[in-house]
Amino acid sequence: MDLKGFDQPGSAAAGETRSVKVMIAGGFGTGKTTMVRSVSDIKPLTTEETLTQASADVDRLIGVADKTETTVSLDFGKISINDSLVLYLFGTPGQERFWFLWNGLFKGALGAVVLVDTRRLASSFRAIEEMERQNVPFVVALNVFPDSKDYPVEEIRDALDISPHIPVVACDARDRTSSRDVLVALIRHLKERSAVVLESR
Amino acid sequence: MSVPRRPTDPSGLERYYVLTKGRSGPGGSASSLDVATLIVSRAAPAPGMQHEHAEIIRRCREPLSVAELGAHLHLPFNILAVLLADLLEAGRVEARDPIPAHDAGRGPDLALLEEVLSGLERL
Repeated sequence: MDLKGFDQPGSAAAGETRSVKVMIAGGFGTGKTTMVRSVSDIKPLTTEETLTQASADVDRLIGVADKTETTVSLDFGKISINDSLVLYLFGTPGQERFWFLWNGLFKGALGAVVLVDTRRLASSFRAIEEMERQNVPFVVALNVFPDSKDYPVEEIRDALDISPHIPVVACDARDRTSSRDVLVALIRHLKERSAVVLESR
Repeated sequence: MSVPRRPTDPSGLERYYVLTKGRSGPGGSASSLDVATLIVSRAAPAPGMQHEHAEIIRRCREPLSVAELGAHLHLPFNILAVLLADLLEAGRVEARDPIPAHDAGRGPDLALLEEVLSGLERL
């Protein structure tokens, strides 16, 4: 292996660095990109997936002969947890109908935050269903918009039809600390779930 | 005589075709690549190497996720995965998948969750 004039392997940390990922889901316009932006250490970026084959299948379903190309975007950011661990945050694509094309989008994720706009609860129904279907552990974050009414959490829990053990927290996705607190709530929830699994052994 | 057509391809499909030599998806070790998989260079760019390959190696001296590489190089995930497969096969880069919270063999990884939690609390 030719490492001449190549400063790698450099720092010890670079040699051991690993990653974890957390998904930010929710309906269109609930603040997913805003949350990624507010809590990320780096300027948030966008990565694209071109779906040619998969959209061909969709086209066949709806009886369109021409193969079209579809691009879906993922906004993402990252947080340095320590010298050897990086947390990547991915906002799910706005067009929910493309979720199923994202092979393994949630695979390997620690869990997810489902953002909910209390003025339009229904826009996040699909995201919650999807987490349950894919068995992804999640917390619900109520993004409090300036003109949002104050709903009691229990009322919202009922309306969203989520089980009592799933945490529901209020947040302001524009605020770094508030968004950080949502992630903290998610990791605490994951720890509790894990503890239950370990105890039952 | 007709006006010459502009040689640009707004969809970028031609460029992708050239970059990947017509391959549509990665095989082998690269087929499990995740957007959060970290890529780390293991060797210097070789002389005469395809520009994009050399660029990936240069950018990954420090670990970089597949998503970041895609954003920096303006390449969609599936095209990038084909290029990464070449480099993985040649042993020029290493891929590290994201750590899952729950390992099928070992069960829940409480130490990992604790590590993430203390990192977040320091923010």
